[in-house]
Amino acid sequence: MGPDVSMAVCCAFPVLVSLLLIRFAYVMYHSGHMPSKLSASAAGMRSLIVLGSGGHTAEMMNVVTTLQKDRFTPRYYVAALTDNMSLQKAQVYEQSLVRVEVDKEEGVENAQFVQIYRSREVGQSYITSIATTLLATSHAIWIIIRIRPQVIFCNGPGTCIPLCVSAFLLKVLGLGWSSIFYIESIARVKKLSLSGLLLYKLRIADQFFVQWPQLQQKYPRACYAGRLM
Amino acid sequence: MGDRERRTVFVTVGTTCFDALVKAVDSPQVKEALLEKGYTDLIIQMGRGTYVPSKVSGDGTLQVDYFTFSPSIADYIRDASLVISHAGSGSIFETLRHGKPLIVVVNEDLMDNHQSELAEELATRKHLFCASPQTLGETIQEMDIETLNPYVPGDAKPVVSLINKFFGFPDD
Repeated sequence: MGPDVSMAVCCAFPVLVSLLLIRFAYVMYHSGHMPSKLSASAAGMRSLIVLGSGGHTAEMMNVVTTLQKDRFTPRYYVAALTDNMSLQKAQVYEQSLVRVEVDKEEGVENAQFVQIYRSREVGQSYITSIATTLLATSHAIWIIIRIRPQVIFCNGPGTCIPLCVSAFLLKVLGLGWSSIFYIESIARVKKLSLSGLLLYKLRIADQFFVQWPQLQQKYPRACYAGRLM
Repeated sequence: MGDRERRTVFVTVGTTCFDALVKAVDSPQVKEALLEKGYTDLIIQMGRGTYVPSKVSGDGTLQVDYFTFSPSIADYIRDASLVISHAGSGSIFETLRHGKPLIVVVNEDLMDNHQSELAEELATRKHLFCASPQTLGETIQEMDIETLNPYVPGDAKPVVSLINKFFGFPDD
């Protein structure tokens, strides 16, 4: 029976790998396009909004306030565990929406607030950051599996990378489909940030925005649609 | 001197530690330059820094005050006639939105100093002045606020309309 099992494994393995490769090619072909089955056009799309900190959060909230809220709902806001200010800002904004629509009871349930472990704090040593990166990555995978976002909005910094990569892996495995929008921070004038560069080069972002025309010239697949601030 | 109009300079380092800026502002050269330009008050938000500026200026004509953090930085910016800020995009755009003259001082001690990119770009477009802690005094002496262009705030609508287009939503 031994040889039979190894034969079966020998045959199944290449098939599995080729299936994954075909699926990967399919995902790559479809990224940057509207998802084929837009199931939620009436009910709204589950949206994950990754808040950076300080200036990043201010820019992201400018996008969120402009979004048509009924299309991008429910909204899950994610921020680093050590960043209290960002979720607070999002909470204040979501509460102001509820007050506007007093007749709608569901208000607050449209928004959820999630905290995530950070891969690395400023000044942390490299040895301990291996452990914290593992922790942060598994936490990110868990958040993506639990929420299964249909849309992800992010603008750096590092917190968004494990989330976007997990969402992309789920796409390849056929377990979900998230359209990823990355908006590079206005502070990046000449060069992309590391997060931006990774998402651009790996083609993980479906739409990639920059806020300065000279940056768009350097990265032709990016869109320039003015400044957020 | 009670009936003289107060002209306040507000210095902010945000949540960072930027002692080089606080020290520069505390120097006699910068204080003299500010007095020459007609400023009467100096308020320093010093963040996590440990350098404590002196409250008394040379001849006592420049009123100096300082604090570490405040939840209402916007109030100080609104009341200021000139803002001297670190290069964080939050403080920069807050000040530009209030239409206040701004000198951005770049922290040369930061490892990943991408923030100077933004300050330099906005300085080329004449929305603000850019300096280092060493050149702050000179910059104040030589600056002409009249040459600054007002900053037109950005707008998220074009980005959002592209996102809507991606999903095939009608634009409204």
